[in-house]
Amino acid sequence: MSEPTADDVQVKLESLAKLRRDGGVLRDYHAPRWNEPLIMEQSVPGQRGIFVPLAEPEIVEAVGDPQAFIPAQMRRTKPPELPEIAQHQALRHYLRLSQETLGMDLGSDISEGTCTMKYSPKMHEDLIRSHKAADLHPWQDEDTMQGLLEIVYECGEYLKEISGMDAISLQPGGGSHAVFTNAAVMRGYFAAKGELPYRNEMITTIFSHPCDAATPAVAGFKVVTVMPDANGYPDLEAFKAAVSDRTVGCMITNPEDTGIYNPHIDKYVEILHDAGALAFTDQANANGILGIARARDAGFDACHFNLHKTFSSPHGSEGPATGAYLVSEKLAPFLPVPVVTKVDGKYHLDYDRPQSIGRVRGFLGTWMGVIRAYAWIRSLGPDGLREVAEISVLNNNYLDRLLLGIRGVSRPYAEGHRRLDQVRYSLEQLAEETGIGTEAVRDRMVDFGIQSYWMSHHPWIVPEPFTPEPCETYSKADLDEWAAVIKKVSDEAYAEPETIKTAPHAQPIAQMRRLEALEDPEQWAFTWRAYKRKVLGRRASPQGSPSTDNPANGPATPAQS
Amino acid sequence: MTQRKRLGLIVNPLAGIGGRVGLKGSDGPEIVRRALELGAVREAPHRAQLALARLTSLRDSLEVITCPGEMGESEARAVGLLPTVLDLPLRAEQQDVPSSLPDGTPLTTAADTVNAARALADRNVDLLLFAGGDGTARNVFDAVGDRLLVVGIPAGVKIHSAVYATTPVAAGDLAALVLGPQGAGIRERQGEVMDIDEDAFRDNRVSARLYGYLRVPYQRTLLQSAKAGSQTADEAALNGIANEVVNDMESGVTYFIGPGTTTRAILDLLALPDTLLGVDVVRDRKLLAADASELDLLRLLEQPGTRAKIIVTAIGGQGHIFGRGNQQFSPRIIRQVGRDNILVIATQSKLLSLEGKPLLVDTGDPDLDRELSGYVKVITGLHERLVYPVRGDTG
Repeated sequence: MSEPTADDVQVKLESLAKLRRDGGVLRDYHAPRWNEPLIMEQSVPGQRGIFVPLAEPEIVEAVGDPQAFIPAQMRRTKPPELPEIAQHQALRHYLRLSQETLGMDLGSDISEGTCTMKYSPKMHEDLIRSHKAADLHPWQDEDTMQGLLEIVYECGEYLKEISGMDAISLQPGGGSHAVFTNAAVMRGYFAAKGELPYRNEMITTIFSHPCDAATPAVAGFKVVTVMPDANGYPDLEAFKAAVSDRTVGCMITNPEDTGIYNPHIDKYVEILHDAGALAFTDQANANGILGIARARDAGFDACHFNLHKTFSSPHGSEGPATGAYLVSEKLAPFLPVPVVTKVDGKYHLDYDRPQSIGRVRGFLGTWMGVIRAYAWIRSLGPDGLREVAEISVLNNNYLDRLLLGIRGVSRPYAEGHRRLDQVRYSLEQLAEETGIGTEAVRDRMVDFGIQSYWMSHHPWIVPEPFTPEPCETYSKADLDEWAAVIKKVSDEAYAEPETIKTAPHAQPIAQMRRLEALEDPEQWAFTWRAYKRKVLGRRASPQGSPSTDNPANGPATPAQS
Repeated sequence: MTQRKRLGLIVNPLAGIGGRVGLKGSDGPEIVRRALELGAVREAPHRAQLALARLTSLRDSLEVITCPGEMGESEARAVGLLPTVLDLPLRAEQQDVPSSLPDGTPLTTAADTVNAARALADRNVDLLLFAGGDGTARNVFDAVGDRLLVVGIPAGVKIHSAVYATTPVAAGDLAALVLGPQGAGIRERQGEVMDIDEDAFRDNRVSARLYGYLRVPYQRTLLQSAKAGSQTADEAALNGIANEVVNDMESGVTYFIGPGTTTRAILDLLALPDTLLGVDVVRDRKLLAADASELDLLRLLEQPGTRAKIIVTAIGGQGHIFGRGNQQFSPRIIRQVGRDNILVIATQSKLLSLEGKPLLVDTGDPDLDRELSGYVKVITGLHERLVYPVRGDTG
């Protein structure tokens, strides 16, 4: 059989695009609507999913009262208020909820700019679920987990090469956690030098991730924020004014949320170093620079990567995440313990580091993310990593061309300059001309099976913002479909705005109401207990609730269900 | 059937008339006459229509109550709204002033705005939408104080007051939100009412006053200052700013605390009474002087061993930190205190509402204005600073 020509491939792709109803053709989509109650609301006293068998009499006799193992002051006085529900109902409940949700594996997550939502190979799940990994116990002797330590060590070596840094910790449990670790390491560095009493200001920029401001504040520093200039770069004169002998360092993203890469970043680093301060770059999202630009080569003293973004490990509702934190030699003594080392071909957990800031998380951190990142790096190799960046930038600039052709869409800052892997667009013109702003567009696009887009971190410097990030995962057809959705919504805004104002129409939930409640600690309710107290106006444990108030309500018998 | 919401509407049809012909304002019939002679066109009616056009979808659930003619009725009708028109005798009796413009339109005055605002307050409107400039905002404030929720349609030459939406369209959208089905959830904030003496302004002297505060609805995407996030975040930021300032207060240092709601938070935290529109003096957490004049401040500075710091915030919609509403901080005072001892405080949202425009200083001394220019680390919250440009704004 002969090799297919480029034309053959093109014809096939086009026919496939029609078949999949994408490539610019909008889907006839409708999400299922189950009107599913909260699981706590479905609880029926006495219902059980599992009947735990009573222990054998011999065991009871040998062990005695199991509660006696728990110190008296730590024992519950009441059983926890858990939903009482049959297995089948629990399964149905969560399947229904999953059907009412869009996500990476179901649709297009191009929408989630700054998050680098990319395909996470399913083979990686086999690796982390293998008994060789899953059955490890954190208290095992290091001699018995050399395999895992080798993966952690080697993954660290790769990331050091990718960033140009000298040492690494894979212990932080997320991006912001790694950024906090940096603030703590810089604090440790200046404390050791005796300069901490007067160095107490950390600089960041308004377009850097908010954690670059929040975490140094938590670490006890005053945070000084710099605004952008007309080109979208941090204002260099303002930056100079911000730096002084009180400066600890700077925590900055490049490219920032605008997608604009600052080619003069080394100048900023130089200004910091001249003042005796340190420079950290937040590389949570490194898709635009992977294999192309290295933090160390621009003079940075430290950086981090999010393995759950750039390195393919999935994001999952606040975890499981891994922040890889990397430093130059002079900051290495302050890294969290333990550091994984290799001596004479054996791997060790090195706790003997007197200047360490201590632990930032238990044991090795989220090592599942490390295994996935290791497998991903190994499967791509150095050329593959660079290709990831190149395709991401190509994808982004292709989508950019499509989006800028849509009425009402603009791209503030740095006219004529290409963006790297994402762009912060503005719908200000659309809002002014039609009254349809970015929140309304977001609520409408989900009617086409596309995840609602990420608008912007706060504050909104770019008016009516949205921020797509079409990383290397996405095909041309995916990009065409995404742009077609935005075009469709823009056309509607000018022709039939009511359709948008009343959207979504094809989702299980219509418009969100009482949004102000999400911003008011007196009103928001993130737990069942808070929901009952604040929303239902009841006390947390109402009288007569058998699941909470009746200590005798132990394991159910079959007769009860 | 639910009761229809009531919108009060006042258009100052002459607002902004002096702007295009360089007259720095439109207060007073003589200026209006000169402006018309110079070929000025009335822009306020058009701007009011831009805002009102955003309310047409609420037509059936809304009762629009307004003034006759160009003070609201004609603008409302132009966009298809059918207003209830107040029976107001237009313009207070004045002598030696023409009663109509050359084209026959009745000439309205500040007294008409005041009378109309009072009448609308008596009708218990849910929102008062008014088109004008700083003078109009001041008239509305004189008439209704904090009785009504208001939104300003920017139409005047001088817009220093922070009661105006960013654009006429945004004013309309904000009004639609307040009067629409989700209106009950809308929060409020206090917006500064500023005014400048136009006669002095035309002589290149600026005499500005912080007049008071009007109640303004708050919605994150439509009001300039709301862009940074929620009002709860803003309240937290104010609290954070006050804590930051108080935590860093040095013993024995005298603090001159300028006017405004941002600076008021400091005195609130210290549990001290405050002068919202004046300068209060604090040392070692005790009130040394309330509503101090320039002379009072000078006397304090002359006491031997006095170390003083000035705490100011951006006043009004233009971002002035000196020269608007806080003229007690004269060039002499500022020089004696010294540039390094000036603390500028503002919420991040207030700075962002300036849309990149610098903070302004207009002390009356161009040399001092130049010295104060550059960058300042504005305290924006607990442990938070924003580096922001400062420029002179003389004249």
